[in-house]
This record gives sequence, structure tokens and C-alpha cells, in this order.
Amino acid sequence: MIGTLESKVPSGPLASKWSGYKDHARLVSPANRRKLEVIVVGSGLAGGAAAATLGEQGYHVKCFCFQDSPRRAHSIAAQGGINAAKNYQNDGDSVFRLFYDTIKGGDFRSREANVYRLAEVSNLIIDQCVEQGVPFAREYGGLLANRSFGGAQVSRTFYARGQTGQQLLLGAYQSLCRQIDAKTVSMFPHTEMLDLVLVEGHAKGIITRNLVSGKIEVHAADAVVLATGGYGNVFYLSTNARGSNVTATYRAYKKGALFGNPCYTQIHPTCIPVSGQFQSKLTLMSESLRNDGRVWVPAKKGDQRAPSEIPDTERDYYLERKYPSYGNLAPRDISSRSAKEACDDGRGVGPDGRGVFLDFADAIGRLGEKTIRERYGNLFDIYEKITGEDAYKQPMRIYPAVHYTMGGLWVDYNLMSNVPGLHVIGEANFSDHGANRLGASALMQGLADGYFVLPYTLPTYLAGQIGKRPAVDHPAFRQAETEVRARIQKMVNVYGTRTVDSFHRELGLLMWDKCGMARNASGLREALGRIPALREEFWGNVRIPGTGEEYNQSLERAGRVADYLEFAELMCIDALERDESCGGHFREEHQTPEGEALRNDEKFAAVFAWEFQGNGAIETPRLHREALSFESVELAQRSYK
Amino acid sequence: MNFNLRVWRQKTGEGKGGLVDYKATDVSPHTSFLEMLDVVNERLAEKGEEPIAFESDCREGICGTCSLTIDGEAHGPDHPGAACQLYMRRFKDGATITVEPFRARAFGVVKDLVVDRGALDRIVQAGGFVSARSGSAPEANSILVPKHDADLAMEAAACIGCGACAAACPNASAMLFTSAKVSHLALLPQGRPERTERVLRMVAQMDAEGFGNCTNTYECEAVCPAEISASFIAKLNREYAMATLRKRAGE
Ligand SMILES: Cc1cc2nc3c(=O)[nH]c(=O)nc-3n(C[C@H](O)[C@H](O)[C@H](O)COP(=O)(O)OP(=O)(O)OC[C@H]3O[C@@H](n4cnc5c(N)ncnc54)[C@H](O)[C@@H]3O)c2cc1C
Ligand code: SF4
Ligand code: FES
Repeated sequence: MIGTLESKVPSGPLASKWSGYKDHARLVSPANRRKLEVIVVGSGLAGGAAAATLGEQGYHVKCFCFQDSPRRAHSIAAQGGINAAKNYQNDGDSVFRLFYDTIKGGDFRSREANVYRLAEVSNLIIDQCVEQGVPFAREYGGLLANRSFGGAQVSRTFYARGQTGQQLLLGAYQSLCRQIDAKTVSMFPHTEMLDLVLVEGHAKGIITRNLVSGKIEVHAADAVVLATGGYGNVFYLSTNARGSNVTATYRAYKKGALFGNPCYTQIHPTCIPVSGQFQSKLTLMSESLRNDGRVWVPAKKGDQRAPSEIPDTERDYYLERKYPSYGNLAPRDISSRSAKEACDDGRGVGPDGRGVFLDFADAIGRLGEKTIRERYGNLFDIYEKITGEDAYKQPMRIYPAVHYTMGGLWVDYNLMSNVPGLHVIGEANFSDHGANRLGASALMQGLADGYFVLPYTLPTYLAGQIGKRPAVDHPAFRQAETEVRARIQKMVNVYGTRTVDSFHRELGLLMWDKCGMARNASGLREALGRIPALREEFWGNVRIPGTGEEYNQSLERAGRVADYLEFAELMCIDALERDESCGGHFREEHQTPEGEALRNDEKFAAVFAWEFQGNGAIETPRLHREALSFESVELAQRSYK
Repeated sequence: MNFNLRVWRQKTGEGKGGLVDYKATDVSPHTSFLEMLDVVNERLAEKGEEPIAFESDCREGICGTCSLTIDGEAHGPDHPGAACQLYMRRFKDGATITVEPFRARAFGVVKDLVVDRGALDRIVQAGGFVSARSGSAPEANSILVPKHDADLAMEAAACIGCGACAAACPNASAMLFTSAKVSHLALLPQGRPERTERVLRMVAQMDAEGFGNCTNTYECEAVCPAEISASFIAKLNREYAMATLRKRAGE
């Protein structure tokens, strides 16, 4: 049983909490570091940076990823950029401003001290990455270049073409390679964590499956770090990589770690719409397109004419109409919801009516095709590759898609969960983005956690753990291993008639419908009624060809889908319990007369952290609340009119 | 659309493999190549047969996971682009399409269309980095980098590590891949102090992994989804020659 949640935020003024912490934190001597082993699950920005840094410090690190190489972690796909408060543009930026924008962007649902620390270390990240050889964009004079991004009035985003995530990840990967070469890090690619092992209440190891041989293995350590990314694929279709999953964090949840704010998901407004039943993933079109594109739908329902045949007077430029001052640049959550409303109203475009136009005709008329080509050529090419349509000649069709999950395992200021020894970093934790994440801040958080926060906070735990690492033949490992094997066998033995993907697709549609861009109590209750039935069918009728003792992709996916089938329920429970609207969580019952999200600070300025209640009780997790108090900012209603 | 597929099936790395015929029917031209394979796999699973193993993750051409040789071309006919960016509208209705894994001596087959590209990771581990300890970096703008150098470094750094260059090369050489990393780091001031050691070690590792030599056939450049220029191979050769000289001079 867990008592009150302690965030362990240091005392003192906001701006000196972190430096004060570092001055007094417990350290581990170099001789003792050699005796300590740390497991890092994940090799994305967060895990890669952490594993490399801990290796440099002299710990023995074991790093795991399910891809065939650590360089392929999902972070590689991030496009836009990374924020830092360098104020290189001399436009009045500061650590406080970055902190404030992030906390406001999160609709005042994140922990002040964590967000401040994030803004504080942001500048070190840029220094670090440049030193690694990350080829950030530069000005002619050789200085670093910046661009602006949503939700900010300053230009603080650093970027490397449209491939910022790739370059930052390769920087971390190369540092990781250096430590692999130095033999401080052992890398386990193609290896999936299937369970967490607790010994006397502390996280002391994991159970893994080698995805090539099917071998189940046990690994003991002095501490475990999860850096396993987000769970957007619970919706089946998302902008996430195909393999992104909730398994590692959900397994930890079932072992007692609290899950924070699972219902907070971010829907990105500009993605290429779904086309057909077999679509496997959705592709993001950079938000920057909205600088020059105008969003519209036909004014009349069911208007089937080609866009060029619809005169201006019969078009509804709904963002410009509803948000005259921000227009097409309204924030992500608001733009996404407006697109949904237009389509729900029967005015959507494209084959199945789930799309809106993003039209560049005016911009091309004003600036010429050449300028538009220079600005967005690569995006227009991607669009053409996927849809076969030429966006210079006809408007793009776009639709919102699931993009990021703000929820994750609950952690304190040390990035440690309520389970001693279990640390959680990057998108996998709940910590810094509240109910909505601003663009270019996930990369910042992953690297902050990995390079500059965990390496200071983890030793405060490890200092008390020297000599306490259990042997892998400890009964706790044997038991966890037996359970993992039994679960795999049970899954393979079902051998029913439905494929794994068919379950995943059905779950995704249900979640998108009832727990997606807009939610309401009756829809959430309906989903809560249907998920257990789907789960039951899965365990009675899924078909997994092959065995567990070989390379078996159906089995890999089945394990992930099985966890999503439980986790989806937790999301809906959380969404139902949070009886307010905030950021990406829009409860239709709670909106202003103009249809904007209406927070209820009195009742819900809190983190919801859920505790698993033992086997067979998926549907009745116990709620813990961490009250959020704000000392340095004033809570305000966001307005973009 | 309908297609006849001839797909390489191989149960394990040790076993023997061969081409097996499948039909893909009723495929929308807007389906991606990998989604088409997904559908074939769904049907196979429904029939109780083992689906075709192939790997992918991002499905937007950036992670470098997908690794198919389609009709004899690494990543298929739609260059530049990874196999995951290929759409069925690129093929003629009724076409017969052959799908094989990336083949190179250094890439062992794991199963069906999946190969082991660990050799590429080991090349990077042999010095393909800058020794920058976390927290030790100077202020980012304290070293100016001319825009031209930064842009060129970015062009080299864009490599997605897919291994198509080696799969397309008649000598199964990984020169394009190695040259991209060597050039990226040699072009930046931060990478220069270690450039001698780096190029010597990386090339030695490349040889040790069983990749062949470069004989300038430019097949690599033709299939590279990241449009890495073969001129970086010339740069690698210069770096290597200079490093050898410096080494000899006892520097
Ligand atoms: C298309 C796209 C564009 C984006 N653009 C931006 C942007 O411009 N700016 C920005 O700030 N953010 C952006 N984001 C968000 C950002 O990329 C991610 O939030 C961030 O990269 C997550 O990093 P991570 O290290 O936490 O996790 P990931 O990079 O997802 O890494 C997860 C790691 O965990 C491993 N793993 C997972 N489960 C297991 C398991 N069970 N066993 C073993 N290993 C496991 C994986 O193998 C992987 O190595 C974007 C996201 C998407 C989808
Ligand atoms: S150089 Fe091109 S083909 Fe070779 S690994 Fe890199 S991206 Fe792939
Ligand atoms: S799946 Fe990522 S590049 Fe093809």
C-alpha cells in the first residue's frame, strides 16, 4: 500500500532548487561505481544519453532496445527541432520564459520545479550536442541558427534540416558507441523487456526475450532505468513507429509503479489522412506548413465538387473565422478539435470525409511557386509520395493524428518512481509537459533527463545500495521468469481464428472514437464496457503462428497488443475521473461558451497517479493525487482568439 | 491491383532458403509496399501459415530498419527512398515482383527478409564518435562553423544506416556508409582532433567485418535513400591516406 505521494522537490526558491540539490546530493566514489550495475531499457534520446553518461561515470551499464540497432529508436523520426533558452537571437528569451511557456502550454498541469529544471539545463544540451558533432543549422557567420515554433513569442528552436531527432539521436548513439567500445556499456539490441523484478520492494532486474532466438533471459542490477518512450500506438494508427509500445511501463505498473495521467495524449493537427483499411501508420506534415497554408472545408455539407470548383464564398476558412487573431496558427489541440468538428458536421473532404484542406493557392499567388518550393519542397515531396497528389496544383488534405503521450509512469524530483530503484526518463515518464506538450520540447526533455538530470539523481539512490545486488538465481527472478514463460505459452496456445493486428485495429478505432480528440462520460463508459470483452476475445481467439522459441513477429506484436488491451482501460478510467477539460484532454461536458477547454483548478490541479490492484482487478485501480501548487506562475485561462 | 510475389523464405540463419510464390490481390494503388506485405501476412496467418518475416519501424524513411531488395534493387525501384516509402502505384497491375533480403557477406540472414546488420554498429563503435563527455562541452557558439561546412557535414550525417549501399555493391562494400560518418565528423572542428585514429580504426573494422573493397561502380549512390554522395568516398580515401602518412611520420 502506498502512502501519500512525495514529490521530493527541494526547498528554497524555484531558481536555486536544482543547484542547491546538486551541491548537497550524495555521491558514489569512483571505486564504488565500478561495483554497481545499472539497467537502462531504451536507447532513444533519453535512454541513449543516460546509458552513455552513466558509462562515462564508470558504472557498468546494460542497455536494451527492441530494434536491431540502438540507432533506430523512435526518437530518430523527430523533425522540427529542440528548444533551449540561449537567447542567441537577442529577443528577450530567458530560462524563466522557457519555463513559463512550457508550464502554460501544459495548461498548468505539470510540476513547477521539474519544468524549471528542464528549462535550466536546456542550454547545456545544445553545448553538449554541438561538441558531439551534431550539425545544427547555422547562419552565414558560423553562429547557430534558430527558428520559431508554436506556443512561443521568441525564436529558440535549434534544428538540423527537418531531421533534428535523427541528428540528436545519432549524437547520443555515437556517445553510446564510445562507451560500448570502452566496455562500460553492454548493448542488447533485438531484446525486449517483458517484466520488472522486485527484490524486497526494490527494482533489481528485468526479464527479457531475445527477439531473434526467442530465449528468455534474466538480468540483475543495482537500479533499473526505463526510457521506453510513449504509448500512442494504443490507438493503432499514430505517428509513432510501429514498434512503440507500453509493455515496459505497463509491466512496471503491474509490479506496483504508479501510472501518472494516462489519459493525456496529444493529437497533432497536420497529418496525412487515413486512406483505406490497411494503413499501418500516419505521417506527420510539419506544423510549419500552417504559416502559409489556409485551412478550409466546403461550407455546404456533402459538397463533392473538386476544390478548384468551389468558389471562395462557398468555403469555410473555419480557423480564420473562429480565431481571428491566431487564425491558421491556433495551437495544436484547438486546431485538431476544429477539424474534427467540421468533419463530424459532414463537411470533411477526401474519400471518406475525414480530412480538411490545407491550401497554398493564395501563398503561391502572393509569393510565387518558387518560394513555396524553397520553404516546403521536401514536405510537398513526401506528400506526393504518399498520396500521389501534387500540392502545388491542388490543396493538401490533412487530418489530426495521435502523436505524443504526456502521461507516463509517475516519478518524483529524482526521476524515481514510487518503487525504489526504478527510474523513468523521457516520454515514458509523466513529468514535464502537463496536459499538452509544446513543439520542440520532447527532445529537450529526453536529453535533459539522460545527460544532465539522471546522472545526478541516480547516485543518491545507488549510494545506499552498494553490495545489495541480488544474484539472478534469487527466487524473485525465478518466479518472474516462470510467469513470463507461462504468459507466452498461454498466448501461443490459444491458436484461435483472429490475427493480432485485427484486435489492435479494433481497439485503436474504439479508443480513437471514445478516448481521442474529444471525450465524454457516456462514450468513456461505453468504451469501458467494450474493452474487457475485446480482451476476453483476444485471450480466447487470437491466432499466433509459430512458437515462442524462435524469431516470431506475430508473438512480439501479440505481447504488446495484450498490454494495450489492459492499458486502454486505465486510460479511459483516468479520462472519466478527470472531469474537466485541460490541454489535450477535452471533455465535451466542460467547455466555454465558445467551445474552448474549461479547466477546473479547484478540483483538478493535481496529478492523477494510479495504482494497480492485483491480478484480475484491471478495472479497479486505486487513485492517488499529487496536488500541484504554483508559487511562481499565476493560473490563467488560455485564449487564442 | 493484383500482383504475383516471389518472396525469399528462410527459416533460420543456418538453414537454406528459396523463393516462394504468393498472390497479392485487390491491392489499392495507394497501399505502401510494406502494407501490401502486411495484408499478405494477414491472409497467411488466417490460413495458419507462417507470415513472411520482414522488419520496419518508422515507415517514413528515417530509421533505416526496412531492408528489402525488390526486383533486384535495394529498397526497390523508387529512388531515392527506403522500401517503406514505396507505393504500389509504382508497379504495373499484374506484375511479378521478387522480394529478397539485403545481401552482403557481412549481413547474415536472420529469417526470411531479415538480416543482421550489427557490423554497421561495430564500425561506428570503432571510433565513429567525438569523445565528448557529458557536461564537459564549451559554450555552443564559442566555436564558429562556416555554414558551408555545417551544411556539408549535415549532408553526410543524413545517412540512415540501412546498409543498402553494401547490398547494392557488387563487392558488398560498406564504403559509402563509412565515408559518410568519417566525412561528417572530419568536416567539423569538434571532430578533427580524433580524425587520424578514427579513420584508421573504422576502415580496419570495415575490413574485419568482411565488407569488400570499393571499385567505383556507384551502385551505392544510386540506391541510397539519404542521397549520400559518392564524393564522400573520395574524401574518405584522402582522410585515410593522410592518416596513414601522419601515422608513419610518428605524429
Ligand atoms: C513524427 C514525430 C515527430 C516528432 N517531432 C518532434 C520535434 O520536432 N521536437 C520534439 O521535441 N519532439 C518531437 N517528437 C516527440 C519525440 O520524438 C519523442 O517524444 C522522443 O523522441 C521520445 O524519446 P524517448 O527517448 O523517450 O523514447 P524513444 O525514442 O521512443 O525510445 C524508446 C526506446 O525504448 C526501447 N523500448 C521500448 N519498449 C521496450 C521494451 N519493452 N523492451 C526493450 N526496449 C524497449 C526502444 O527500442 C527504444 O530504444 C516527435 C515525435 C514523432 C512521432
Ligand atoms: S550511405 Fe545510404 S545506403 Fe548506405 S547505409 Fe547510409 S543511408 Fe543507407
Ligand atoms: S521503416 Fe524506417 S526507414 Fe523504412
